[in-house]
Amino acid sequence: MSNGAGLMAGKRGLVMGVANDRSIAWGIAKAIHAQGGQLAFTYLGEALERRVRPLAAEVGTPDDLVIPCDVAELESIDTTFAILKEKWGTIDFVVHAIAYSDKEELKGRYVDTTPENFKQSMYISCFSFTAVAQRAEALMPNGGSLITLTYYGAEKVMPHYNVMGVAKAALEASVRYLAVDLGKNGIRVNALSAGPIKTLAASAIGDFRLILKWNEYNSPLKRNVTIDDVGGAGLYLVSDLSRGVSGEVHHVDSGYHVVGMKAADAPDLSVI
Amino acid sequence: MSDIAERVKKIVVEHLGVEEEKVVETASFIDDLGADSLDQVELVMAFEEEFGVEIPDSAAEKILTVKDAIDFIKENVA
Repeated sequence: MSNGAGLMAGKRGLVMGVANDRSIAWGIAKAIHAQGGQLAFTYLGEALERRVRPLAAEVGTPDDLVIPCDVAELESIDTTFAILKEKWGTIDFVVHAIAYSDKEELKGRYVDTTPENFKQSMYISCFSFTAVAQRAEALMPNGGSLITLTYYGAEKVMPHYNVMGVAKAALEASVRYLAVDLGKNGIRVNALSAGPIKTLAASAIGDFRLILKWNEYNSPLKRNVTIDDVGGAGLYLVSDLSRGVSGEVHHVDSGYHVVGMKAADAPDLSVI
Repeated sequence: MSDIAERVKKIVVEHLGVEEEKVVETASFIDDLGADSLDQVELVMAFEEEFGVEIPDSAAEKILTVKDAIDFIKENVA
């Protein structure tokens, strides 16, 4: 609770990309709230509004800080930050958990991706974070922390991840460039590379159950991660605990990213 | 077997926040129970979790009523 105690006491920030209570952004929001941070939320469209408003209320966010925002429209992002400026004056952190691709292109071959979906996926999944950073900078005179969500499919080829892997690679590169541009103002920019989690967004990815099983069998910790695992790492990155950390892509994936080969004792995929 | 039907109905009642009497087998999630397209996806995820089954997209698209869900799960739960 916001009772003055906690790592995030006195800190305020925006969480973009909660869809429901399975969302990774929700895991991060809960962790920040538990340490006394104050939160604003954005949502896209009525269907998501109905899901986000009750969750926002759970963490004590007033109605007028649950804001419609379509990151495809710069004016919409401007409006969001104008509201934050009016209500709060300054902010301390932003959690960006937004990506998009046509579901039809999250199967089959990457090489067949269309220019329309390529442009849209890149814009929503990569550029929107830069656009948000531009506006957040103006509200962070005392420094701050920006985090975004990425996935190992940015680094290595994952089945079906396709254009989203390319967009996440661009997002991770943009984290590094933003970290340099904003660092002199004390603003840190980092990404969390979460292992697979069954979220609403993940339901668009083909064979997701197989991906989950593979990670469970082959990651060093022999389990999948939860939104609360990612929440803890997100809390670290937006709090002063990570004050010396910027430009990082931090993996919260049970260690999967260090593995080079299927575990010798992992069952055959045929059991899945 | 009726246990499956009861568990499916319970999930629908809880997820959509509708009255139990309305969740009859012929009820369509969207037309009768006020679900939107995201509810459909969330219900399928909830069924998968509850029953430990995989409901592929091609099957999920055909689960439009309470009965569709019960039938799929009965056929696919060991």
